[in-house]
Amino acid sequence: MRANEQRLRDLLIQGLGGDAVAYHAFLKDLSRHLRAFLRRRLRSLPDEVEDLVQEALLAVHNQRHTYDSGQPLTAWVHAIAKYKLVDLMRRRASRDVLTDPLGDENDVFSTADGDAAEARRDLGKLLEQLPDRQRLPIIHVKLEGRSVAETAQITGMSTSAVKVGVHRGLKALSARIRGDK
Amino acid sequence: MKTDELVTMLATGAGAVESNALTRRFVIATGWGLLGAAALMALLLGVRHDLAQAVAHPMFWVKLTYVAALALAGFIAVSRLSRPGASLLVAAVALAVPVLLMWALAGAELTQANATERNALLYGQTWRSCPLLIAAMSVPAFFATLWAMTGLAPTRLRLAGAGAGLASGTIGAFVYSLHCTEMGAPFLGSWYLLGVLIPTAVGALLGPRLLRW
Repeated sequence: MRANEQRLRDLLIQGLGGDAVAYHAFLKDLSRHLRAFLRRRLRSLPDEVEDLVQEALLAVHNQRHTYDSGQPLTAWVHAIAKYKLVDLMRRRASRDVLTDPLGDENDVFSTADGDAAEARRDLGKLLEQLPDRQRLPIIHVKLEGRSVAETAQITGMSTSAVKVGVHRGLKALSARIRGDK
Repeated sequence: MKTDELVTMLATGAGAVESNALTRRFVIATGWGLLGAAALMALLLGVRHDLAQAVAHPMFWVKLTYVAALALAGFIAVSRLSRPGASLLVAAVALAVPVLLMWALAGAELTQANATERNALLYGQTWRSCPLLIAAMSVPAFFATLWAMTGLAPTRLRLAGAGAGLASGTIGAFVYSLHCTEMGAPFLGSWYLLGVLIPTAVGALLGPRLLRW
């Protein structure tokens, strides 16, 4: 990531300024980087990597207002990824871990760092469990790409309720991943 | 949902982000904390009765600058602790400077005083109640600061909780300093600090539980 730091940082800053194309490029590159970063640290749990990549991406997006443009991007991203990694370990430790094949060396079967494996947890299913006031704004604005005004018309919600619904819904999604409702 | 689909979903309609959202959150929290402490003081303690004379005393301003500098350090600390990967060096220096200066002043006062004066400088009249009252004054700021932090991204939760306690303690100390008539540097360098450390310890205990995200 060091070599990409400057380019990714520029993309993120443009994204934070409202450039959706730059933000998309940022997240796409970031997911590749996160996958490599987490795969190195989750050698014993290769099946968890893609779920954690998605969780970290959601965290980066939900907390993107905490990035300070004067700060190295690598430090910010790695702190978030490590936090989510430690959180995952804590969750696993509190669950029954005896059934998991800990320590299996699955490196032989793992794909190259840049390739996405299938995520085991389906965020789409978690999304369906959200209440309408969050689920509908996310479906219309984030998945179908409609404007906030259009979504407000379709759902009968106010435009500010649509914006709040998207924002809170994505946070609720992150909370459901962690297992607290 | 595949990761590429998630990326597209997150980027679609993401819009611009307010660039100073974090600072604004802590400014709001500090405002509520100050207001809450002022209300508590008006109800329970009142402003010091000799305020009109005290403002002529240089030590009054030294004391006010001391607590204001501590509050600034607390503000910097919570801002840094709420940003993933941010360095804490500036916060540590900002905290150390007023404390060390006050300790140096305390040392100078103590060496110039005789034994009875020393006791008066260190204990004043209110050493028993001062730390507890500062802790009490910090309660509104404590909740306000925790509220601010839950919308941000602290990654070291125990430290972040301690930082929230520290920041609220310094706000409590700032308001309390307008009630308290103590002027000795040894008093300010010890009991005021102890008062700030009470909510700091409570925050360190609660942080990992309350600040997860």
